[in-house]
Amino acid sequence: MTAELPPGLALQKVDERIMTLNVGPQHPGSGHMRIVVQIDGDYIVACDPDPGYVHRGEEKMAEYRNYITNIPHLERPVIHDSCNVLYPYVLGVEELLGIEVPERAKYVRVIASELNRCIYIMYWLAIYGIFLGHSTMFMWPAGDRELLIDLMEKMTGARVTHAHFVPGGVRNDLPPNFEDVCLRQVNYFEKRIKEYAAVFYDNPILISRTRDTGILSRQDAIRLGTTGSVLRASGVDYDLRKKEPYDVYDELDIHTNVMKEGDSYARSRIPWLDMIESCKIIKQALQKMPKSGSVRVKLKPNPKGKNETVYKRVESGRGSLGCYVVSDSKPEPYRVKLSVPSFRNLIALPYLLKGEKLGNMPSVYWSLNYWPVEADR
Amino acid sequence: MSSDSKKPTPKPAAKKPQEKPVEIPAFEKGISDKIVEKFGDKIEVAFVKKDRVRINVSKENVHDVAEFIRDGLNYDHVESVSGVDYPQDKEIEVVYHIGSYSDSSLERQILILSTRAQREENPIPGNDATKLPSLRDIFYSVEFHEREVFEMLGVYFEGHPDNRRLLLPEDWADLPPLRKDFAIKGR
Repeated sequence: MTAELPPGLALQKVDERIMTLNVGPQHPGSGHMRIVVQIDGDYIVACDPDPGYVHRGEEKMAEYRNYITNIPHLERPVIHDSCNVLYPYVLGVEELLGIEVPERAKYVRVIASELNRCIYIMYWLAIYGIFLGHSTMFMWPAGDRELLIDLMEKMTGARVTHAHFVPGGVRNDLPPNFEDVCLRQVNYFEKRIKEYAAVFYDNPILISRTRDTGILSRQDAIRLGTTGSVLRASGVDYDLRKKEPYDVYDELDIHTNVMKEGDSYARSRIPWLDMIESCKIIKQALQKMPKSGSVRVKLKPNPKGKNETVYKRVESGRGSLGCYVVSDSKPEPYRVKLSVPSFRNLIALPYLLKGEKLGNMPSVYWSLNYWPVEADR
Repeated sequence: MSSDSKKPTPKPAAKKPQEKPVEIPAFEKGISDKIVEKFGDKIEVAFVKKDRVRINVSKENVHDVAEFIRDGLNYDHVESVSGVDYPQDKEIEVVYHIGSYSDSSLERQILILSTRAQREENPIPGNDATKLPSLRDIFYSVEFHEREVFEMLGVYFEGHPDNRRLLLPEDWADLPPLRKDFAIKGR
């Protein structure tokens, strides 16, 4: 029987002791994905993540649209972090078209991408809170991120899907008086998120649920090729904003947050520390930004790329996000590949869950800073 | 606009931009030289740019080259595996983007390792000649990426322990969707 099965399909023996449990895709605790866990009593013996329920073929679609009309749909994988998802693609296309970006646009991009990072992390934090049963931690971030969404709305005109970055700069200049409003809101935001420590991060219940669960050692984090907060929670000091600065990140003073524990607690704390760091970066960028100047280079209609390949990467809210663009001197890219951090971090899930209690699954799973829609593309 | 705007003003941009001498960065050149020294004409250096070195390898040698990249050059993880379909060449290209966390001098570097598999006109994924050796025993991080390339382009990775579908539904019976002959409806 088994010999006739096509590759990719397998028969499985049913064990008397081990129970197979499907978590998701309808279960709210798994996001838009299914996790097949095998449990022995209360302990997980094996876990098989099954993404793909929100696969929309972004990469295929990108081959049929030109470099500019690709912008709105390529940001869809993570609408809360849309500027950062688009960033490597835009940087890559700029290199293919040979465009130099105006100085002011680079600063606007840095501000937009840091605001977006905070917006994404707040949303993730809200979900992390509610799945640990901490509903205050759902309400507070969900409410406070409105501050930043309002800022992005002022800047780009849209609340979540901004489509603000274009090859050659940003779509629109900042509205008048934006700098002052931004500085005021970010100052308040920074003060406000520090209050989360008292209710969430220093909370003994959270600590008891997340400390020493799902430990990822430094070697494993490197070997599995994880990225972003997962990697930095395991003690690897790696942040692309510092290691391979793009746009004007090399002119800003950036501190990388690293923790050595590698457990769920460290993985959940790093994004919060990142937000505080983002606020500092925004304030520096506001100060150093040229007060006037153009923000966009005018492009020819239907620009054609050089016959080259380019791989660019940026640090998104979840980790290093790469974009590989193959051009064959036509207005449309020949191939666009998004190498997304969620997909790269997913490989750690079977590792972390093995030997954990089933009740710890949400805290480990969501601590991976995983966004199912992004992994599926 | 000035008053004599009706005259076609001579375009200042029409001057050909001065061709800069292409300077090859020394550090990246060192990396590619090490690989060339070890493998000679078995490999082809496609380009050496700032922070990026691209190596083209035939599928017979890709495993050995990858092993050398890990052990001899300290690269430790694969960031992305992309499949690119070239119907006119009857080949499918698989591109590995390899980076390093543990070696601080390589933090900015991405080594691009590219290899090509034979392309079948009527693919039977897994049961035709479109096969490549898997790099999973060298770089563990390629596990899910290679599964994705298998379902999206039909490149079977020999030696990969788990070639199941990942993103596509289990009962997908059409062409692998990222092939160029799989057309989007209405276009």
